[in-house]
Amino acid sequence: MRRLLVLGGGTAGTMTANKLRHRLDPHEWTITVVDQDDEHHYQPGYLFIPFGTYDRDDVIRSRHHFLADGIDLVLGEIDRVEPEACVVDLSDGRTLPYDYLVIATGTTPRPDQTPGMLGPEWRQSIFDFYTLEGAEALAQALLRLDHGRLVVHITEMPIKCPVAPLEFTFLADAWLSERGLRERVELVFVTPLDGAFTQPVAAAHLGTMLAERNIVVEPDFMIERIDAENRKLVSYDEREVPFDLLVTVPLNMGADYVARSGLGDELNYVQVDKHTLLSTKYANIFALGDASDIPASKAGSVAHFACEVFVENFLQHVEGLPMTGSFDGHANCFVESGDGHALLIDFNYDTQPLPGKYPVPHVGPLSLLKETHANHLGKLAFRHVYWNVLLPGRPIPLPAHMSMAGKHVPSEEE
Amino acid sequence: MPTTIIDGHEIQVDAEGFMTELEEWSEPLAKSLAHQIGLELTDEHWKAIRFLRSDYREQGETATLRRISVVGGIPTKELFALFPQKPAKKLAYVAGLPKPHGCV
Repeated sequence: MRRLLVLGGGTAGTMTANKLRHRLDPHEWTITVVDQDDEHHYQPGYLFIPFGTYDRDDVIRSRHHFLADGIDLVLGEIDRVEPEACVVDLSDGRTLPYDYLVIATGTTPRPDQTPGMLGPEWRQSIFDFYTLEGAEALAQALLRLDHGRLVVHITEMPIKCPVAPLEFTFLADAWLSERGLRERVELVFVTPLDGAFTQPVAAAHLGTMLAERNIVVEPDFMIERIDAENRKLVSYDEREVPFDLLVTVPLNMGADYVARSGLGDELNYVQVDKHTLLSTKYANIFALGDASDIPASKAGSVAHFACEVFVENFLQHVEGLPMTGSFDGHANCFVESGDGHALLIDFNYDTQPLPGKYPVPHVGPLSLLKETHANHLGKLAFRHVYWNVLLPGRPIPLPAHMSMAGKHVPSEEE
Repeated sequence: MPTTIIDGHEIQVDAEGFMTELEEWSEPLAKSLAHQIGLELTDEHWKAIRFLRSDYREQGETATLRRISVVGGIPTKELFALFPQKPAKKLAYVAGLPKPHGCV
């Protein structure tokens, strides 16, 4: 028997295991998924928890429920991968041998990496919303907020779901307006990049969205520390941003066992070829989803499109054939903009987000780089698609590679 | 793509003036680019520029300030002293690389 071991039962790991279970002969291959618990979280849903739209029951299912028959789920903490011996050691002493390994343990917010972030003010006046506990605590804090400075802050790129901080800001603006509090709350968006929109076409189309909503942008802000006592962010060049309520996106890092195993870069991301997702060091290790170092967005859509390419490649690779598929970095993300509207963006390694229609060229029903109600309905419907189509590995009638059909490329004069 | 003339060389740039062709860059050109933004390049500047260039060739994207600090060994404070106010952007400009960007 040949053994495929998948580390991580999240979006990428679950899809990969399910798709391959349907394609690999059960008499020849075992498939095992390892995770530390049996809770699968629909992470895109965290965004709605601070505003009371979703609660914990909307975003949690059991992991084993989504794994196809013939896949073993092992619960345990990963201590390290021994790539030369082709085994994975768990912290409890168990050892799992493999012939092929897929690393899909994602990325995690690390508030411990910024001085002053964790401490007496953590989840008192300083919150994150990329964890369920953080999003729930923030919901309570927002209910108590009736005036002051609400600061939304990104520590450093890359972060998972890179549009979520902007979405949170737009939703907070709309939520405060609904409650009649918008005039009493100053809303500030702090980013290490040179603006909220950094891609030229998106900036041209959407650049005014923050000013229109009276949201102040603090660009080029590299945080050095948080002065929790005086409630302010302090940058390396000694700028200060005071806050009453801080919603921060901590530094994101891959799992620590990746570093212990000698497989990661400085942020514990597994170094892979960006078109095949094969480790640059070992010919039997792949990394899928947020865990890899590919220069694509860390997003479920990227994991999904990459997985489609990976599965066909993997079947060739294990037969000793060259891999013919090439992942293009395709991402497709909804961006909530408040008041029942959303944007949709579609892009890849080489093409920035452009206006147009999606998925059917010129028809839609979704509109790219434009605020519409249909896009918002698409975002809400996606949760159903995620649980029922995407995770089980059922085919979705969307091509894995980005298409230029239906996209409008601005001429150079524009 | 628009072009611009710097120090007698015609180079391809984007709307913000960042070079778009990796191979059009040279060290003498970097000195001229630095002049455009009021910088006189010292050995410390060059250490950062050369790291960014070689890292880009390996990674396919411009290193973040954190990566320049952790992997390149140049503390972030020093980068702010060398390339005041906007080190990530200024460094990318002088090194002839795309500025760090998000997905929108």
